[in-house]
Amino acid sequence: MSKKRILTTSMGDQTLRLLTLLMAVSVLVLMAWMGWQMFDAARPSIQKFGLSFITNRVWDPVKEQFGALPFIYGTLVTSLLALLLAAPIGLGVAIFLNEMAESKFRAVVGFLVEMLAAIPSVVYGLWGIFVLAPWLRETVEPGLAKWLGFIPLFQGTPVGFGMLAGGLILAVMILPTIAAISREVMAAVPNMQREAALALGATKWEMIRVAVLPYAKSGIMGGIMLGLGRALGETMAVTMVIGNRPDILPSLFAPAYSMAAVIANEFTEATYDLYLSALVEIGLILFGITLVLNFFARLLVWSVARGPKGGNVV
Amino acid sequence: MNEYFRKYKNLMMLTVFIGATIIALIPLFGVLGYVVKNGLSALNLQFFVNLPKAMGLPGGGMANAIAGTLIMVLIASALGIPIGILAAIYLTEYDRHSWLSTGVRFATDVLTGIPSIIVGIVIYTAVVLRMGNFSALAGGLSLAVIMIPLIIRSTEEMLKLVSHSIREAGFALGISKAKTILKIVLPTAAKGIITGAMLAVARVAGETAPLLFTALGNQYWSRSLNEPTASLPVQIFQYATSPYKEWHQLAWAGSLVLILMVITLNLVARYAFRSRSI
Amino acid sequence: MFRKKGRLLAHVLTAVLMLSFVGCGEKNPGTPTGQGQAETANLTGSGSSFVYPLLNQQIEEYRKGNSNITINYQSSGSGAGIKQVSEQTIDFGATDGPMTDEQLKATKGGQLLHIPLTLGAVAVTYNVPNAPKELKIAPTVLADIFLGKITNWNDQQIANDNPGVSLPDSKITVAHRSDGSGTTYIFSDYLSSISPEWLSKVGKGTSLNWPAGLGGKGNAGVAGVIQQTSGSIGYLELAYAVQNNLPYAMMKNKEGKWVPPSLQTTSAAAAAATIPDDMRVSIVNAPGADAYPIAGFSWALIYKDQTDKAKGTALVNFINWSIHDGQALSEGLHYAKLPASLVSREEEMLKSITFQGEPLIK
Repeated sequence: MSKKRILTTSMGDQTLRLLTLLMAVSVLVLMAWMGWQMFDAARPSIQKFGLSFITNRVWDPVKEQFGALPFIYGTLVTSLLALLLAAPIGLGVAIFLNEMAESKFRAVVGFLVEMLAAIPSVVYGLWGIFVLAPWLRETVEPGLAKWLGFIPLFQGTPVGFGMLAGGLILAVMILPTIAAISREVMAAVPNMQREAALALGATKWEMIRVAVLPYAKSGIMGGIMLGLGRALGETMAVTMVIGNRPDILPSLFAPAYSMAAVIANEFTEATYDLYLSALVEIGLILFGITLVLNFFARLLVWSVARGPKGGNVV
Repeated sequence: MNEYFRKYKNLMMLTVFIGATIIALIPLFGVLGYVVKNGLSALNLQFFVNLPKAMGLPGGGMANAIAGTLIMVLIASALGIPIGILAAIYLTEYDRHSWLSTGVRFATDVLTGIPSIIVGIVIYTAVVLRMGNFSALAGGLSLAVIMIPLIIRSTEEMLKLVSHSIREAGFALGISKAKTILKIVLPTAAKGIITGAMLAVARVAGETAPLLFTALGNQYWSRSLNEPTASLPVQIFQYATSPYKEWHQLAWAGSLVLILMVITLNLVARYAFRSRSI
Repeated sequence: MFRKKGRLLAHVLTAVLMLSFVGCGEKNPGTPTGQGQAETANLTGSGSSFVYPLLNQQIEEYRKGNSNITINYQSSGSGAGIKQVSEQTIDFGATDGPMTDEQLKATKGGQLLHIPLTLGAVAVTYNVPNAPKELKIAPTVLADIFLGKITNWNDQQIANDNPGVSLPDSKITVAHRSDGSGTTYIFSDYLSSISPEWLSKVGKGTSLNWPAGLGGKGNAGVAGVIQQTSGSIGYLELAYAVQNNLPYAMMKNKEGKWVPPSLQTTSAAAAAATIPDDMRVSIVNAPGADAYPIAGFSWALIYKDQTDKAKGTALVNFINWSIHDGQALSEGLHYAKLPASLVSREEEMLKSITFQGEPLIK
């Protein structure tokens, strides 16, 4: 290797390192800047309501009373419901496609599942109104009430529009993200691992459980977190089926409201500064909730990863 | 006994996975079928070449909105994909565990949770108010802000999976770190990175809320990137919220086109990059 | 291999970009032509989604005779229209609810005028098995339903106004708009004017703290909830109810007469109302035997002092055309016409719009 070559390569190294560092830092700057912009815009509302903004249940633009609790509740319940439904199904799809399906079938079905991500959310919303909500009202909710009605979650009049509809539609929307990322992650597991497990006499499921899943764990969690981020911030589809009622009721059948939905619903028609700033403060709280949830998720991944050694590469 | 149990369990779990896949496909066909049913009848050549027309006049299209969406998604991708991938490279190749990378990961997660309309409002204040007018640039910028964290997150996951032995092989051959990353690590993960990028493109292509405050919309062709610019989601939104059935049909047709566009982009990207992946 | 494909991709993208510039080359703003009338101008407006279809069609029609003018109007919501015109990121706004005094003081470009563009009516629509098409719902009954006090369709108070009609024993589900909207503003304005309880408990606004019911997103959302839910009642803009064949209720007006929502009864409400000089007025529960009580204006928001002569002239000319000849397009789209008495007053307002002290039209 000539001297010149060494010089240029080390320069290339330096350049790439600096460039990537710059981009990484720019993300931090972007977050700080977005946070600051939102904080700045939310200031009148923060000053006026203080902490009561988070604990107050009344949202009354006419009387200039703003409390975010019902929206926080609706967002958390629907997003968690979506995650509970979509994470296992998405993972199931990924396992099926990656470990079981023939390669042609895999390509087609995998593509189909990713297409779920291509559908604009307003279309999901319209489908929710005209197909999902009536089905829930007439079939699913009466059934749930009949068999599981002793749990408060499944009590009350079936209306169709409510948290169950919101959670379901979110589940459909985040499914492709979870499935696609889990699948890519599993595809990256070296075949040697699988063969080793099979050679030891493992069944297919045991092989998946022992050789594939631990290795892909961190990536799967990443996919789930991406899905959660989408669920928390999703607006259009949720607002069309959730019933948009700022109430806190235990039943999943009951109408509720979400944070992103109230911002999108009311921002363009908000007519005074305090109102606008209250809406931005909801955005700020959503920001905070995402932060906290991600913090706990990372903690979870970290503590799991400390158990049987997975995620790290051979 | 134990043997039977294991086989039984194996069979059961495999059935569960097949079941999950079927369940996942039901809403897809439901929603797609619904869009096709409602949108196909309004779809014709004029839809792709004409400008929107007033209610009731035949032959209205969304050519400008299709072009506008392509342009703004392109701007967003041109900004978002390189920034996202480079930042992800930093996180996986240079600095996995420092406080800085933890902070960046954190920032990424938080950014994914910002409702898109808030992004629109912030860009409105920062760009539109300062420039004094709505523009495709502002629209593309707001979409880029939404894209960046999505790209970082998925790219990082994919890069993490590239085996260390591949990197070490590169170093052992005396290839520089930058070259190893660019020529070996990235191509190895290319398929996954593209999948992630495509999911992000699909996500922003359908966004309405951030564009209302940044690109606004336009009934005509925009002459430059510095003018209000039409986009499919905004046009669909305006038609879908109107009282008229003719416009509702156009909205459905627009949705169908938007879906087809994303699918096409997806296929093109896969085709273009297929030969690169190992 | 890859490079070739990449280049191909680049070519395709360039072609797409080029395409977007086609057909716009001939319009070059600021070209001096000597005559104010023939100057080209590009106007951008945004706001009320209610007037969007009408303005859209008016613009298209107007451009047939004035191809040098392009007017880009986008429906981004009344609140957004007010915000954007106040911050001068657009040339004109449009709103379904008048700006408040406070808002008018906070504009960047001085005094904003409210110029009525059209009239809207809000229809009360319902989905009740076996109910007739024009159910009669008295003002106080309507208020009590939306307050959650009347909860069943077989309530005696509903039956009183509808002799001979047997309404089912069915729970009432109230549906309302969840997105802020001018329709909600007009509807709540009306309920506030006839029910003291509504006024004190809820009040009027583009978004409310609803005492009862489900929220649907947009007209389509509300219509969806109503169509999908037996026993429901809600409100929609008239055009939406007509276009989608939904049954709507007759309302009792100020004179005590039962009036169905229609273009004529809406115009009648505007003709009978007393309208102040600045045009910021509510016309709900207007006097007049034929007046439909749940109606309101949509206004264009225009700065009194224009800062660009070509744009200002084009804007004033267009609005002047819109309130005169442009009204002919109203009925085909289910909008009510502005009453003639009002149009002449609006014309005076347009004449007061100036550029550097000079009126833009005479």
